[in-house]
Amino acid sequence: MNRALLPALAALVAALFCTSLLVGPAALGLGESLAALVGGEGREAVVLIMREVRLPRALLGLMVGAALGLAGAALQGFLRNPLAEPGLIGTSASAALGAVIALQTGAAAAHALALPGAALLGAGVSVALVVAVAGPRGGALTLILAGIAVSALAAALTALVLNLSPNPFAASEIVFWMMGSLADRSMLHVWVAAPFLLAGALALAATGRGLDALTLGEDAAESLGVNLTRLRLTLVGGVAALVGGATAVAGAVGFVGLVVPHILRPLVGARPSALLPASALGGAAMVLAADIAVRLVAPDRDLKLGVLTAIVGAPFFLHLIWRLRARLA
Amino acid sequence: MAVAAALALCGGSARAEIPARVVSLNLCTDQLAMLLAAPGQLVAVSYLARDPRSSTMPGAAMAYDITYGQAEEVFLREPDLVLAGTYTTRATVDLLRRLGVRVEEFPVVDSLDAVARQMRAVGAALGRAEAGARLAAEFEAGLAALRTADGGPRAALYYANGWTGGRASLAGEILAAAGFENVAAAGGLMPLERLLLEAPEVVVTGERYPGASRAEDLPDHPALAGLRREGAVADAEWVCGLPGVLSAIARLGRLREALE
Repeated sequence: MNRALLPALAALVAALFCTSLLVGPAALGLGESLAALVGGEGREAVVLIMREVRLPRALLGLMVGAALGLAGAALQGFLRNPLAEPGLIGTSASAALGAVIALQTGAAAAHALALPGAALLGAGVSVALVVAVAGPRGGALTLILAGIAVSALAAALTALVLNLSPNPFAASEIVFWMMGSLADRSMLHVWVAAPFLLAGALALAATGRGLDALTLGEDAAESLGVNLTRLRLTLVGGVAALVGGATAVAGAVGFVGLVVPHILRPLVGARPSALLPASALGGAAMVLAADIAVRLVAPDRDLKLGVLTAIVGAPFFLHLIWRLRARLA
Repeated sequence: MAVAAALALCGGSARAEIPARVVSLNLCTDQLAMLLAAPGQLVAVSYLARDPRSSTMPGAAMAYDITYGQAEEVFLREPDLVLAGTYTTRATVDLLRRLGVRVEEFPVVDSLDAVARQMRAVGAALGRAEAGARLAAEFEAGLAALRTADGGPRAALYYANGWTGGRASLAGEILAAAGFENVAAAGGLMPLERLLLEAPEVVVTGERYPGASRAEDLPDHPALAGLRREGAVADAEWVCGLPGVLSAIARLGRLREALE
């Protein structure tokens, strides 16, 4: 593994995080922004913008990106399938369905943890379903087909719930739940998502050794003392917590977990355990960059995050399928 | 063409008569008609008139039939006059006209001056010009008594999805009449950051609908928590040019006095 990789990625994330804090519809000076953010000095409006609008947005970009990158790397390692990704196999769409149900039934308003909890439940059911259908030996085709079915069903039910809502604005928010956005989120959302993302990250960090052993095949892994049942449970739970927590506050942002592990895999020597932290940092960088780009492209409109990640990710996905063509056929 | 001209002439000649059966398709004409019509004259109002979020007279509207603005259901009620807004139920209005029904259209009230004007116009259409003029005069007198010099605290109208109301709108004029200075010259989308930079002292938001939406979460953003005030809500009284506008101005005026 390239020793300089993790520090380099961390530096990239730090730079993008700072850039994210400095980009927004309100044109603020560099010095003024930083004084307001760090010291709470200057105009009250600037302090509010920096601390209540931009800081949560940058933090969520970091957290959501890291969660999606990590979840993608872990899924690909466990399924030994380069096409596995929370967005493509329907995990994000199912998490969105859970979140929408929690919001529209009023559960989210009654209890702060109901929103990410319901998203986690939706994500968990879908990952478990797809992993069961595709199976540990399932080919790429089975996995993607199962994912398409789960995605389509979850998206349809999300649209149904939002269309049946008594709220006239709800139906137009189908786009948010399918494409994701970090616009106008607050520290509240940061605190709501944080425990779930932390728990998920810790769970997946513990799977590193198991995933490494799994590269030798299931029998070899078991002979090395890896408990496959526990590994599967930890993985499903961890991915569900990460994707559920991220989707509950930011909607379904696709392709991050697909693109990032692929770019980084050759750099870490294809070891799943080394890929996990690298993908978390890479995912954070990708989502922060995408969120900066949406604000530069259309400062006054809420251009959805998923639009940019899909523009980058979908051609990438086609390229992967092209390479896998022989195996798929 | 000839048929259309003939129909227009029929409509013209019917104009002088007092309509016996009136149906209203528009929330604002619904309420003016309920205020001005003679007993038994108004047959049906729109379903919105019963919705307390948009109507100031939901209770009164229970006494009338309701329509959903479909040409069929309106035509079957055999109205002599249909009251409609210029922006809504376009297809219905066109169809009713082709069927020879007299339809009077009223523009959206976008200023305080237009309120009294519309009261008189609806009164005249109903053949109740005197009642219309009386309501308009009461409104004008009430407005003159309430109107405060502007230049007071800065305020913003901030609705779902970040839409703001400019000065040249009914809501903008209500704000000005209550003595507030609107931070937004023109209406439109205003990102949260830019609203905060304008540093208003009060943010007037819309009412929330049941269910949940991100759109309505925006005015509830924690960054605006210090700017929200009890009663600073643009409710049903802000929607139409009705006597309720005066109570909206009075409510805001009390808020301004409390701030100063």
